[in-house]
Amino acid sequence: MGHIIYLDHAATTRTAPEVAEAMLPYFTEYYGNPSSIYSLGSAAKKAVMEAREEIAATLGAKTNEIYFTGGGSEADNWALIATAEAYAGKGKHIITSKIEHHAVLHTCAYLEKRGYEVTYLDVGENGIVDPEDVRRAIRPDTILVSVMFANNEIGTIQPVREIGAVAKEQGVLFHTDAVQAYAHMPINVDEMNIDMLSASGHKFNGPKGTGFLYIRTGIKTRSFLHGGQQERGRRAGTENVPGIVGLGKAVRLAFSNMEEHAGKERKLRDYLIQRIEKEIPHCRLNGDRERRLGNNVNFSFRFVEGESLLIMLDMKGICASSGSACTSGSLDPSHVLLAIGLPHETAHGSLRLTVGFGNTMEEMDCVVEALKEIVEKLRAMSPLYEDFIKKQK
Amino acid sequence: MYSEKVMDHFQNPRNVGEIENASGVGTVGNAKCGDIMRIYLDIDEDGIIRDCKFKTFGCGAAVATSSMATELVKGKSVAEAMKVTNKAVMDALDGLPPVKVHCSLLAEEAIHAALWDYAEKHGIEIEGLKKPKADIHEDGEEGEVY
Repeated sequence: MGHIIYLDHAATTRTAPEVAEAMLPYFTEYYGNPSSIYSLGSAAKKAVMEAREEIAATLGAKTNEIYFTGGGSEADNWALIATAEAYAGKGKHIITSKIEHHAVLHTCAYLEKRGYEVTYLDVGENGIVDPEDVRRAIRPDTILVSVMFANNEIGTIQPVREIGAVAKEQGVLFHTDAVQAYAHMPINVDEMNIDMLSASGHKFNGPKGTGFLYIRTGIKTRSFLHGGQQERGRRAGTENVPGIVGLGKAVRLAFSNMEEHAGKERKLRDYLIQRIEKEIPHCRLNGDRERRLGNNVNFSFRFVEGESLLIMLDMKGICASSGSACTSGSLDPSHVLLAIGLPHETAHGSLRLTVGFGNTMEEMDCVVEALKEIVEKLRAMSPLYEDFIKKQK
Repeated sequence: MYSEKVMDHFQNPRNVGEIENASGVGTVGNAKCGDIMRIYLDIDEDGIIRDCKFKTFGCGAAVATSSMATELVKGKSVAEAMKVTNKAVMDALDGLPPVKVHCSLLAEEAIHAALWDYAEKHGIEIEGLKKPKADIHEDGEEGEVY
């Protein structure tokens, strides 16, 4: 492969070399089962414990409130299903938003088939949930509010603290899918009124297949995997020790460099947004300008289709992502872009670029030049653009 | 995901453009599912397709099938062009992924729509040609400028 410009950090990130290095001994040297009594097992148990402590401290949580999972989707599934089951006696109503990740939306659909009722809150044009809408949607039988911390497509940061406050005041549990936000910005579960939080390791240079669910002490929850006593009996199965060690290491790295990394990413993001807006006509920035993840750029380019755009970028070694139907395997474009009110054809022409602290300004320049050329080429063969130009005359 | 031929026709599409005073123009597709194709035909007095151009809004497969369809009908008689089916387009491209088969159908429909327009303009009937489905256009975006 030639030089790759990787601008899909919301999809996944490179495992940091320090993370991979920290994991290695736990494959070949300290391979003991943490549940075993001998010292080889204790070494593994200690490493798992340290990672748990590391994570708990970053959230202002207690160590026994962190449960390791196989990633963000599992944590979302667990939070919703186990809470729904444990609180079915109180009610069967759940509130979420229309722009959640499918790990939440499809789990809600699963629960609906099993007799639960789900309210999907609308978002405004900027892609932000209004806490007052949450308040209005709460009913006596509401058991859970689940709203993501930051959106994976358009990068909008939700008013989590305010939504949590509404839920708390009404005696309803609050879960947030923080997969895109955790380890990228400070989160304190007490200050932000969060009862449950999902996170994923590979979004911040940790290993894939790792993540955790934070569950506040006192919340009733069901066991998600049945078997041994791992994760306080709630998630059975021998721990992914190397993965957990890698996750802990990635957390340590991300939090000790948070300000520096975030600053770099914001600078790259703002530069990219500014140049695209200035140099490519008929484009629109999706999502909120201010309340936005530091690494997220999402544009719609009118008259062009996203998959074509992605293939042409790929031919130039640029990795990006789109909300086009063609990239999702369905005929509908992204539910998030439709939820913020984009017409179908504009949603099909969307492009997400998510920068990382390792990217450079030179790479941003390359991307803008490539985009200008590609958008122009695609517009030249677009019947929609032809009609638009004829109408202008 | 795509065959080499599809990638070639996507990267170097043949016959992109418009034909002024075309004998027939057909636009098919649906902005909702993200594919719109327009085909222009230039047909001489003997019913031979002298030239064929296209414009397409859509994915890689949509562009490649349009490009291949124009190649397949160019120089053919109207009757021969009627035999250019979606399967013929797919075969010529060494196949398409299953989710993209609809693009080849669209290419066939676009050719038929352009032929229908030609037949209507010239008051003739083409054997086996049915009236194309009404195309769905850029609805709802009127007046939105950014």
